[in-house]
Amino acid sequence: MRLTLRVWRQAGPRDAGALKQYEIPDVSPDMSFLEMLDVLNERLERQGDRPIAFDHDCREGICGSCSMTIDGRPHGPQQGTTTCQLHMRRYRDGDTITIEPFRATAFPVVRDLVVDRTALDRIIQAGGFVGVATGNAPDANAIPIAKPDADRAMDAAQCIGCGACVAACPNASAMLFAGAKVTHLGLLPQGQPERYRRVLAMVERMDMEGFGGCTNFGECHEACPKEISLATIARLNADFLKASLTRRDS
Amino acid sequence: MGWIAGFYRSTIGRKIVMAATGLLLVGFVAAHMTGNLLIFRGRDAFDAYSHFLQGLGGLLWLGRGILLASLLLHVHSAWTLTRQAQAARIDGYAESDPRAATRSARAMRWGGVLLLVFIVYHIFHLTVGSVHPDFRRGEAYGNVMTGLGVSWVALFYLAAMGALALHLRHGVSSLFQTLGVNHPHLNPVFAKVATALAFVVPLGFAAVPLAVLFGLVR
Repeated sequence: MRLTLRVWRQAGPRDAGALKQYEIPDVSPDMSFLEMLDVLNERLERQGDRPIAFDHDCREGICGSCSMTIDGRPHGPQQGTTTCQLHMRRYRDGDTITIEPFRATAFPVVRDLVVDRTALDRIIQAGGFVGVATGNAPDANAIPIAKPDADRAMDAAQCIGCGACVAACPNASAMLFAGAKVTHLGLLPQGQPERYRRVLAMVERMDMEGFGGCTNFGECHEACPKEISLATIARLNADFLKASLTRRDS
Repeated sequence: MGWIAGFYRSTIGRKIVMAATGLLLVGFVAAHMTGNLLIFRGRDAFDAYSHFLQGLGGLLWLGRGILLASLLLHVHSAWTLTRQAQAARIDGYAESDPRAATRSARAMRWGGVLLLVFIVYHIFHLTVGSVHPDFRRGEAYGNVMTGLGVSWVALFYLAAMGALALHLRHGVSSLFQTLGVNHPHLNPVFAKVATALAFVVPLGFAAVPLAVLFGLVR
């Protein structure tokens, strides 16, 4: 099928960018979205043009690298799917697709569709360590964990840190990301000793990075390729409130 | 006291302050609306209610102080968080395709500004009386009739109640989430309560200017 792409082209962090139009006459419906970009890039290289820079790594939906906003939707139109798992069979012959980088002040554009998302890594770093006894592997089920808690912790732990929540949020807030991390550690017994110190540090870092606040629109959950629940944000709020009220640091 | 400043500086802290003050203000508007309905019991009942409130003296001023402080915190947190959100995305998208945002959620900011303008006007209109054409202290019923007898004023009151409906719909349904309460058993209850309040409170308020506009009370 024949597609028209409008792709954000920006040479470097300080350069001005613009949407540039490309025609691709031979897109197979079996291609993934990234493979379609690969084909376009090969053509651009043959023509002596600079290929479109975009992030990608595992191409199997678990690394969270393939950040791009497709027709206004981070990771494209398909629910619960990363860009690499989006296939061209979603599209019809003659479609026009607009591809932009994730937009947030905390995610500066590096080049074209590549943005710097280390702000999320710094939030994780601020969260610090989880104290565990090392040595021999502990017996399975030595620490009892209620099944619903384990389920919710694992659901939150699915977050791949891709930043789609930030990209989709009208306030460019990282609350779903921080909520997922705080929930997945805070629901498990192993995460308890640092639980309240962790939430204070992560929220402080999140604010420092220049993310916005949550206004409960729910766009983050809609865009999340792992469909992280908004309940993680409520838990982040609850833990932050309790931590603020009970903190005993000097 | 440093922790309070730190709490309020954080985005989540300000959101929690906004939600808590919002909850208090929701209680106030609900009570205010039911009190207003006494106007349909006639001049004597309404004036007696007004005199009762005025007679509370120190208690009345305590209530006013709490409400004013709540309002100021509510507005300040909203204002600063809005500025922060605007700074968090300076370069916007060429295409956007929101899927989750409700009409009421989108109306929070402009609706909030409209409500703030309305609240200031309303206090100077029917409490202080300085923007009222014929304000007579102690004659609450008469002041409502002459004040809302001006049709553009009545229409402004009605427009503000439209904004209040949207503000309550999103505000009430999301304040529990901000206060950290989210549970599959409770979420539908909160949504229903929000919808009910968003209908009942503004309609109850709007009944008064509508009744004056159409001459049902005089």
